[in-house]
Amino acid sequence: MNFLALFDLSVLDTTVRLATPLLLACLAGLFSERAGIFDIGLEGKMLAAAFFSAALASITGSVWLGIAAGIGASLVLSAVHGLASITFRGNQLISGVAINFLAAGMTVLIAQDWFQQGGRTPSLLTGGRFEPITLPFAEALSTVPVFGPIYAELISGHSILVYIALFCVPGTWYILFRTRFGLRLRAVGENPAAVDTAGVSVVGLRFAAVGICGILCGIAGAYLATALQAGFVKDMTAGRGFIALAALIFAKWRPWHALWATLLFGYLQAIALRPDIIEGALGFKVQVQLLDALPYILTVVILAGFVGKAIPPRAGGEPYVKER
Amino acid sequence: MTAPAIELKGISKAFGPVQANKDISIRVMPGTIHGIIGENGAGKSTLMSILYGFYKADAGEVFISGQKTEIPDSQAAIAAGIGMVFQHFKLVENFTVLENIILGAEDGGLLRPSLAKARKSLLELEQEYDLKVDPDAVIEEIGVGMQQRVEILKALYRQANILILDEPTGVLTPAEADQLFRILGRLREEGKTIILITHKLREIMDITDTVSVMRRGEMTATVKTADTSPEELAELMVGRKVLLRVDKTPAQPRDVVLDVKNLKVLDDQGVERLRGIDLQVRAGEILGIAGVAGNGQSELLEVLGGYADATGDITVNGQALDLTGRYSDGRSRRERGIAHVPEDRQREGLIMDFSAWENTAFGYHRDAAYQSGILMNNAAIKADTQAKMDRFDVRPPHPHLAAKNFSGGNQQKIVLAREIERNPDLLLIGQPTRGVDIGAIEFIHQQIVALRDQGKAILLVSVELEEILSLADRVAVMFDGRIMGERLPAQTDEKELGLLMAGMNT
Repeated sequence: MNFLALFDLSVLDTTVRLATPLLLACLAGLFSERAGIFDIGLEGKMLAAAFFSAALASITGSVWLGIAAGIGASLVLSAVHGLASITFRGNQLISGVAINFLAAGMTVLIAQDWFQQGGRTPSLLTGGRFEPITLPFAEALSTVPVFGPIYAELISGHSILVYIALFCVPGTWYILFRTRFGLRLRAVGENPAAVDTAGVSVVGLRFAAVGICGILCGIAGAYLATALQAGFVKDMTAGRGFIALAALIFAKWRPWHALWATLLFGYLQAIALRPDIIEGALGFKVQVQLLDALPYILTVVILAGFVGKAIPPRAGGEPYVKER
Repeated sequence: MTAPAIELKGISKAFGPVQANKDISIRVMPGTIHGIIGENGAGKSTLMSILYGFYKADAGEVFISGQKTEIPDSQAAIAAGIGMVFQHFKLVENFTVLENIILGAEDGGLLRPSLAKARKSLLELEQEYDLKVDPDAVIEEIGVGMQQRVEILKALYRQANILILDEPTGVLTPAEADQLFRILGRLREEGKTIILITHKLREIMDITDTVSVMRRGEMTATVKTADTSPEELAELMVGRKVLLRVDKTPAQPRDVVLDVKNLKVLDDQGVERLRGIDLQVRAGEILGIAGVAGNGQSELLEVLGGYADATGDITVNGQALDLTGRYSDGRSRRERGIAHVPEDRQREGLIMDFSAWENTAFGYHRDAAYQSGILMNNAAIKADTQAKMDRFDVRPPHPHLAAKNFSGGNQQKIVLAREIERNPDLLLIGQPTRGVDIGAIEFIHQQIVALRDQGKAILLVSVELEEILSLADRVAVMFDGRIMGERLPAQTDEKELGLLMAGMNT
């Protein structure tokens, strides 16, 4: 047996690519939930963003217009969630479920109406997709032992969105723990009354958080349809929004932990694509179905609380009602 | 002549048909402590919420230091130099003291400089007012007395000149309350104006310079504290003469009803909450359990009431009580003659959305008088509830009204009527007058004493030392799951009990 083979560079490379949408969605959920708004509508927002980004990219031929449309669509759904759960103090879970259903149905319906291809968009051509970027010196350094291949294959050669997602991790940490906005955001998720009596708008802060969540979900969805794949297909998010939520709990609502958690999920998804490597490493065949199920099994295990006590933000899920 | 620090002119506020504040005017001079006293629902909190920008008054004007000031939100109140210390602290539990202090009053987009500046001013405030706190302590790890100081510091950090404190001593030990009053005295010396909202007459008499009394949304009087007496204030609050002292004859204890030996309780985390309790209650006496909330009193009541497991020995009228297993539940306890008025009536004593008559049947719903074949005899329950409501003066006397629609005092009367009228041998009663108006307190105390005089055993748990001292025939003080000592009310005082409550054996 050769366990090292399980960490083949090509598998790790796929891990990074598959972890990216999870990471973006996880950080999106992190902003929202840290502010006290539970969001199980990550899935729906990503799906809507995936469709609208692919659709616009396909129609205009510009991937940048595509991602803008994706973010816009995600923001609209965020606004709906904000309106329902912040302004009208509705149930956040129900609002999230509604958004997921809405996105699942609407994307296919509109896709059929616009493109008549059975609920998908046409395949995106060059210009309509985010292309891999080759980092400087990748070619030159590729012959250097150990570091060379890692730099050339693993670090270099991803689309810009992958690097943006990775940059979002320290960015999120900095915003949350080093800025005034972050302090207030974390406070509003723990005890909105403290924020309110300090003379800061609870509603404003929560809408800001939900807005950031919308933008990040928008990028995640656009990444799926215009970078990872070349176009939109029905239900292409495939539960990634829920996996991101599980990763968020696993990460205990912390940005750096979110990175590690989503990389773990990304790895499970990546290794499932390479049964040959697993067979080579373990010396026996593992059912592909079992491999495909691994990320979801891990999700269930995490949600069932087998990874230690995760304490969510204390005011999470509770609409803020001013009391005397 | 200096302008008053705060002047309210003709403030009115209505919530639907309820007039919470009617044409209220007060003047508070700078550098004084002004008390506002009144029963629950008299409109004290509404008035202060208007002053802090939570509600907008329907009519009236606010003047701060002689300037007419509009206060549409908390931000404006803070800008006008008003700081508020709420009854339930508004602190972020897992933030540090420093983070809580700067929240909403940061100096810029980045935290580091704000925190450094706050740390410096905290040191200055500490020296100026003798308010010591550890700036890096996390809120949930410090005691309530300390948390309250953080709230005061929050206000001072925002340059508050007027400090409003809403029922500040409700959660404090007597020693902590004394410390708070020393701090308030110090703030007064430094020229701050303080408004103290409370329902405790003793606090008003101890520390305020002037006092206003509110009743049913109206300001019934404003007097100099030196010119008044607790009796007069109580009468102004309730609108009739109130007996402040419980009128009772010496107890005539007879046989032991409740005998508890070496009672131990573990909580979910495996922490010992009761560490070997021994106590006895005799027929015809009231044993009062004093202590700061959270020292095992609740667990004791839960075990006796049959909804927590324990080890040890308990006998009632000489017969052993099951402490685990299927005969350790509320029903078995009731069958053994134990009635229970729980500490938290809204969670454990009543179902708030259910009507009074349904609540009256709970626990006794298997009673033969309430049955009609396999169905409940609702008419009988309603008639019974009506009779109980009349005897206990529950207002309004409508069995159909949901429990949540009664005031705290009347909710308590509903629970009390249900339990007392069953003629139990042993009555467990927790916090009988928490959140209850003075008028109703008098009535509830009379009922408890009357039950004692009928020869029943009563175990009274209360965090109100005054209540324990005036009601109980013997006082046991609990600290950290143990009984620290027993005293006779006539031979002890609040100071000695306060030390026991803090775990110091004298």
